[in-house]
Amino acid sequence: MKYAFFPGCSLESTGWDFDRSTRAVCRALGIDLVDIPDWVCCGSTPAHTTNASLSVALPVMNLQKAKEMGLPVLTACASCYARLRTANHTVLNDPEERGRAERVTGKPYDGRVEVRHLLDVLVNDLGVDAVREKVRRPLKGMKVACYYGCLLTRPPDIVAFDNAEHPSCMDRLLTAIGAEPVEWPYKTECCGASLSITRSEIVNRLSHRLLSMARQAGADCLAVACPLCESNLDLRQADAVKAHGAIPETPVLYVTQFLGLALGLSSGDVGLEALTVSAESLLAGIGRDQ
Amino acid sequence: MPDTLEWQNNTFLKEVERRSGTPVSACFQCHKCSTGCPIGPDMDLLSSQVMRMIHLGEELQVLESQDIWLCASCEACTTRCPMQIDIAVVMDSLRMMAVERKVELPNARGEQFNRSFLQSVSRNGRVFELGMMVAYKLRSRDFFTDAEKTGQMLAKGKLSLLPKKSGSARAVADVFRRAEEEEKKR
Ligand code: SF4
Ligand code: SF4
Ligand code: SF4
Repeated sequence: MKYAFFPGCSLESTGWDFDRSTRAVCRALGIDLVDIPDWVCCGSTPAHTTNASLSVALPVMNLQKAKEMGLPVLTACASCYARLRTANHTVLNDPEERGRAERVTGKPYDGRVEVRHLLDVLVNDLGVDAVREKVRRPLKGMKVACYYGCLLTRPPDIVAFDNAEHPSCMDRLLTAIGAEPVEWPYKTECCGASLSITRSEIVNRLSHRLLSMARQAGADCLAVACPLCESNLDLRQADAVKAHGAIPETPVLYVTQFLGLALGLSSGDVGLEALTVSAESLLAGIGRDQ
Repeated sequence: MPDTLEWQNNTFLKEVERRSGTPVSACFQCHKCSTGCPIGPDMDLLSSQVMRMIHLGEELQVLESQDIWLCASCEACTTRCPMQIDIAVVMDSLRMMAVERKVELPNARGEQFNRSFLQSVSRNGRVFELGMMVAYKLRSRDFFTDAEKTGQMLAKGKLSLLPKKSGSARAVADVFRRAEEEEKKR
């Protein structure tokens, strides 16, 4: 299994632990990631709310590079994933927009380079059984709320590899590595995304709602697959608590950090030191690094 | 019927439909979009009300509302609308129209953030977070929010002091220029 890897800007900065743990887990599971050379930002929300041509052209630049590599694209950031898939969808279905994208990038593109999310590949190609076989340190007794957020499953006609309202891929993976995912109703509620910068009081309210619901449902921690979700729930947790009332400190880990630990990787291998709310309390239950 | 004529003369509705490529006029006010909107409690006009205002041709009231800047692009509304209206894309189109028409932006932070982010991408081919934050703080003059977070993030290696430029940064700058030309032709 070989993919053209699109890390995206967040995995180079605020989400470097997502980058490290994604690469480590893929290595351990035999998934070969080749970085797209000189990849560029997908444009994210600022591009699609500012300039429609740009919001297609930036992802297309990366897809054109992947086409030259002759590989399908794999990405871990939920937001990059949605932007790359949306660009493909637009180019495939709208000849006028395709023309625009080709004029703007100065190169042809037919919209047919396949774009996959890491979770999709793990669950649907590799399969949870193959993951289970490689477990060396089961996350026994760990109660996790899987938080999918907004862009991993929406809009369903563009990104769908899981159910839009009740996704289960992370829950299945975590079950396979010995953890106990809890049932809870806010799997796909939005955390406020980049409003964290412009209107942090809104994100505090949303994060608090998510964290307290996860706790009420019996979870000790959360699993996420997006750098924005991570920072809104982890880095901003103290602010949310200050504004809206006490919740026990709740570690928020990337799903790849849980996977890495279960596969026998050390906390440094998966970058746990990047977390604001320490994961120490969780490690105590599953045994130290080997 | 005069009502039908009014409807047909609604150039605002027509323009929104053309730019967003989605049938805003098909909205029958079920409010499903608003019920699931995470930002609803902070909005003056809920998304279903924005749709209704567009039907009524209330151009300024819509373009000058803070709500189009509060939308987090979470796509819950788009996913759930029984009439397949892509409400999140309508919000995008409204923001672009508000900027183009230079209307009074009620709370310009969203727009200032977008500009700071895109400027960083056009220079480096990727986002240089620290540079982007400084640019945004200067634009919004909001110096205090999250000042302590920067230190925390630097300590955790989450912010680098120098941009990590893409080898394709030049090509990205050209793409920005051409994309702006394309937008003018819309
Ligand atoms: S979505 Fe975020 S992480 Fe992905 S390339 Fe764009 S800015 Fe960077
Ligand atoms: S969900 Fe669709 S039809 Fe219902 S109010 Fe919203 S936009 Fe209108
Ligand atoms: S996309 Fe915007 S309007 Fe729609 S539900 Fe999300 S925040 Fe609300």
